[in-house]
Amino acid sequence: MAKTNNLFLEFWKGIIKENPTFVLALGLCPTLAVSISVANAVGMGVAATFVLLGSNIMIALLKNFIPDKVRIPCYIVVIATFVTIAELSMKAYSPALNRALGIYVPLIVVNCMVLGRAEAFASKNNVVASILDALGMGVGFTVALILISAIRELLGAGKIAGFVVTKNFAPAAMIAMPSGALLVIGLLLGYFNYLKEKN
Amino acid sequence: MDIGVFLSIFISAVFINNVILSRFLGLCSFIAISKETKPAFAMSMAVMFVITMSAIITWLIYRFLLIPFNMTYLRTISFILVIAAFVQFVEMVVRKTAPHLYKLFGIYLPLITVNCAVLGIAVLNSDMFMSDTTPVLASFFYSVFQAICAGIGYMLAMLLMSAIRERLELCNVPKALRDFPLGFIIAAIMSLSFLGFNGFKF
Repeated sequence: MAKTNNLFLEFWKGIIKENPTFVLALGLCPTLAVSISVANAVGMGVAATFVLLGSNIMIALLKNFIPDKVRIPCYIVVIATFVTIAELSMKAYSPALNRALGIYVPLIVVNCMVLGRAEAFASKNNVVASILDALGMGVGFTVALILISAIRELLGAGKIAGFVVTKNFAPAAMIAMPSGALLVIGLLLGYFNYLKEKN
Repeated sequence: MDIGVFLSIFISAVFINNVILSRFLGLCSFIAISKETKPAFAMSMAVMFVITMSAIITWLIYRFLLIPFNMTYLRTISFILVIAAFVQFVEMVVRKTAPHLYKLFGIYLPLITVNCAVLGIAVLNSDMFMSDTTPVLASFFYSVFQAICAGIGYMLAMLLMSAIRERLELCNVPKALRDFPLGFIIAAIMSLSFLGFNGFKF
C-alpha cells in the first residue's frame, strides 16, 4: 500500500507542488507562444507530454549504458527522436494544428522541462517511477497551458475553447497579442507567490 | 537579391518580430540573466555569435545534405546535434585560446545549447528561405542576415531590460512580485511598445 502511495505522489507532485510552469518556471517559451487559444494549448500539451513520456522511458532504460561524460548529447538525441515522431504525426493527422503551432513543435527539443526531467529524474530512477513522473509533469504543463490560454482567450477574444461567451463586450486585443501573454503569466506567477507566502 | 528584402528582414527581426518580445525565443535566459547590464551584454554577444555561426552551418547541412538526399524530416535532430557540438567546440577553443574572453562569457556558453533562439532561428530560416524557389546564394545571405538581425534584436531587448531592472533594485516592490513576475510584467510593457513598429510596411 505504501508503495502505491509513493508512486501516486510521484505523479501528483508534477501537477501542484512542482508544477513545471508556475513553480519551476521551466519551458516558458512554448507556454507563452501557443497560449492564444485553448485548442492550441491542448495540442501543445499533448505533444510535450508524449515527448516527455517517450524520452523519460528511454532514458530510464538506457541510464546504465550512457557514459556520464556524454550524457547530455545522448539525452538530446533521444528527445529529438521523439520530437520528430510527434512533428511528423502532427503533420500527417492534424495539419491545421501543425500550422498553428508552427516552429514551436520542433522547439520542444530545447524545452528545458524535457531535458530537465531527463537529467533530474529519469537518469536516477526506474522505468515505472519515470513514467509517472513524465505523466505528472506533462499533465501539470498541460493544465498550466490551459489556464493561461483560457484567460487569454476569454479576455482577448471573448471565447472559451472556441465558443462565444460574451456578446456585449469588446475583447481586449492586447491580451491576444504577445504582450498579453507576458502580462498574464507575470500576474499569475505573482499570484501564486502571494498564495505561497500566505500559507 | 535586392536591398529592400534586407531592409525588411532587418526591421522585422529587430523590431516587429523581436526574438524575445514577440517570438518568445530565449525567454529563460532573458529573465534569468538580465539583472545587471554587464552580464546581459556578454550573454547577448555570445548568443549573437552562436546564432550567426549556427545559421551558416545549418544552412550548409540543409542545402547540401538534407535537401539532395530528401531527408528534410531529419531537420530537428540534425540541427540540434550540430548546434550542441558547435557550442561545445567554441567553449573549448575559447577556454584554450582566450582565457579573458572565457571569463567574460564562457559560463554562458553551455546555456546557449538549450537557448530556443538558436534552434528557433535555424528552423525559421529553413522554413522561410530554404525552399527550392529561392536562389541558392540569396537564401544563404538572407538566412545569415536574419540570424545577425535576430542577435541584434536579442541584444536590444536584453540591454533595455537590464537597464530597467538595475533601476528597480532601488524601488520598493511588493514581495510577491519580486524577480520573475515583475520581469514578465516589464517585458509585457516593452512588448507593447514594440508593437508600435507593426504598422511599418515595405
